[in-house]
Formats: sequence, structure tokens, C-alpha cells
Amino acid sequence: MKPAPFDYIRAETREDALAALSEHGEAARILAGGQSLLPMLNMRLATPSVIVDTYRLSRAAQIREAGDAVEIEAGVTQARLLGWDGLAKALPLFAKALPWVGHAQTRARGTVCGSVAHADPSAEIPLCVAVLGGEVVLSNRRKSRKVASGEFHIGMMMTDRRDDEMLTALRLPRAKPGEGYGFAEYGRRHGDFAVVACAAKVTADSITFGVGGVGDTPVVARWDALDGSALDDALNACAWGLGARDDVHADARMRRDLVRGLGRRAIEAARREITA
Amino acid sequence: MTTLSKDDTTLIRLTLNGREVQGRASPRLLLSDFLRHELGATGTHVGCEHGVCGACTVRVDGVMARSCLMLAMQAEGAQVDTVEGLAPQPDRLSVLQAAFRRHHALQCGFCTAGILMSLDTLLRDEPDADRTRIEEVVGGHLCRCTGYAPIIDAALDAAAELRGGDHV
Repeated sequence: MKPAPFDYIRAETREDALAALSEHGEAARILAGGQSLLPMLNMRLATPSVIVDTYRLSRAAQIREAGDAVEIEAGVTQARLLGWDGLAKALPLFAKALPWVGHAQTRARGTVCGSVAHADPSAEIPLCVAVLGGEVVLSNRRKSRKVASGEFHIGMMMTDRRDDEMLTALRLPRAKPGEGYGFAEYGRRHGDFAVVACAAKVTADSITFGVGGVGDTPVVARWDALDGSALDDALNACAWGLGARDDVHADARMRRDLVRGLGRRAIEAARREITA
Repeated sequence: MTTLSKDDTTLIRLTLNGREVQGRASPRLLLSDFLRHELGATGTHVGCEHGVCGACTVRVDGVMARSCLMLAMQAEGAQVDTVEGLAPQPDRLSVLQAAFRRHHALQCGFCTAGILMSLDTLLRDEPDADRTRIEEVVGGHLCRCTGYAPIIDAALDAAAELRGGDHV
């Protein structure tokens, strides 16, 4: 199908984009890399009356290391983050998860911040942001505010973004010594939407465990350094607590089983990688 | 800042396979439809129109892109390469195209234009791409005829030839 008609605004700068949002408010949608929004426009699941195209911002967008955090500006593509030479050291969870995000052909244009703003419950990037405890930076014409990822994603494709705001950057804590990271996913085809995705961050005495694809938003649990049957019990309780539903891709029982199996795999992989 | 009302059209100029071309587009016109219907470049095929099948893959400013997931407006001033630009001469196939022919890497041919654009880009950017890397990139395409094996064989053969080695 083809998109329904819309007015088009091409922003050359962030200021252009914020001015357009301040004028058009909820009628407008930001177009970043377009790898999620264009399918929705083509299928007419989204019919905004104004498209604010921010793709040109990607030319100047930066990945910045600032103290204990890595800041990824709006416009940085998934391919660029995957190719960033600091990735494995600063954001090992993203190094493991990004190859699962779409295909090489979509990562070339799809942006990191765009995926977070789109808030698809099966998307890998929001899951990783949630497990890391990252923050999103939201800006309007007058000011910027920071929101923790857990408060930003409030429902399926629903976020705390206000109509005049744009997600202008993502702030992620840098990996520290003593941490290990793991990621495991099942989908019908590599690169398709995750049926279940699990991400884990572990230390010698804690587990931070996240699940995507089951709840309306990424769900994060924090446990002590559980092992053996205690870990099985925690994963089982987590799987039942997600409110899994049946759909055409998998029934609820299969999803719970995937959470238990992939969850264990992600946590064990993370344990093997704890850095000194 | 450029604006265009939904009922208007504007002139889009871009470089298609090294030639300056132009055509008119409304805001909602997809790049895939602009290439086919405005520019007459029908080598690029349209399959699913939501980025899953890969048939419409082209190269925009040097990187692979689904032309159904781009607006024509976004290609203003861009370098766009399509399957029509692969053959060095009208009567000569590129190394990759010739390998596809030798290996029977296409049957109905609907998906082929997109796969060729992805593999041409891969072998140009990463001449040492191995089977795993080639499979990963072909994984972004659907082919309902071949079962993929001859496509992978053709890509490996073309990669070896482009590196100056023997055929596989």
C-alpha cells in the first residue's frame, strides 16, 4: 500500500525540527531513519497529517563519551553504532544485540534514537536501554529534560514524549569492570521482530534481567546472584508475571518457555564474560 | 527547511547510476515508485512495501537501502544506484551478474535486482566477505524459488573472482 497524504517538512537542523513540532504538535510525526515509521505509513497504521523529516540531522549526529556515559544523538544510525570502534568496550550489550536489529539493509538507515522513540515492544534497542538503565533526552524549543527509560516507555508504542518534544539523545552508562553482558533472541527469521528477546547484565552479586517481545514494554527484573534451581524459579516467576498472550507468531506457553530458556542462556553467557 | 503541502508536487533531482535525472514527486511518493513510475527505471522491483522482502533494495549515497522505506523527497540530491547500473556495457554482465547466471542463482528473477544490489555493495565494501557474512546480508532478502544455495554459491564465486583468485 501507499502512505495516506501528508504535508512534508524537511528539517536541516534540530532547531528546524523543534520549530515544526511546536507549530504542528500532535498532528506531526518525526521521520528519522524511517525503517519503522515508513512501513506503518505504507500500511496506513499511522496517518499523520505532517511528517517532519529529520534524516539530514544524521550527518552531524555524534556518538560521544562523557565520563561514565555514552551519549548517542538523534540521527546516529544503527549501522554507525555497530561500526563504532568503542562499542565492544563501552557498550558490550549493544555489540551483542545490534546484529539482531533488522537486517544490514535496514540498519544502514534505521536510527538508534528512532527505535527508542518508536517503542515497539519487540524491539531490541529499547530492551537494552532498559537493562542498562539509560536515560532519554527530550527537547522542545525552550528546554530539555531527561527521563529514565523505565518511565519513558509507558505502553505499547506509547512514550512519555510530549507533542512538542523530540527525542534528541540517548544517555547510556558505560560498562564497568566486574560486569558481564549477555543477549539471546528467538524470531521466525534472523532480523525479523523478536518473538522473545532476553538481555542480561550480571556482576559477582547481582543479575539485571530484561525481556522484550512479551509485555507491552521491556520488563526488567533485578535479582541477587541466583544460580541453579533458584535461578530457574526466578525465571519461571518472571515468565508467568509477563502476562504473555497468544498471537499468530507464538502462543503464551511458548513465550513463557522461551523466557525460561533464552533467559538462562543470556545470564550464563553474561557470567562467562564478567571482566576483571 | 523545505516544506511541501500534501496536494503539491516538487521537482526532485538526483543522480541515477551516474546520470543526472529529475522527476516530480508529491510528499507521499515512495522512492521505489518514483524510480519506476517517474524515471521509468523498472529494474527495481516492488514486493512487500514494508521493508521485509528486500526486492526493492537499491544503493543510496553508497549504502544499501529499501527504496520502499524512503520517500522520493528524501532522495533529493542523492546518488542512487539501481540494478540498471551494474552491467559495465549493454552486452556485458558484471562479475556478480555473470556468476548468478552460471550458478542459476535466479529462477523467476523477481527478488534478483534487490539481492544483486546488496551483494554488489557488500563485495565492494568488504572484498574479503566470507560465507557467514554473505549469508547474513542475503538474509535481508526473500527468495521463494532458489532455496538460496545457488545465490550464496554465486556470491562466493564472484567474490573470489573479484579478489583475483580462482572460481569456486
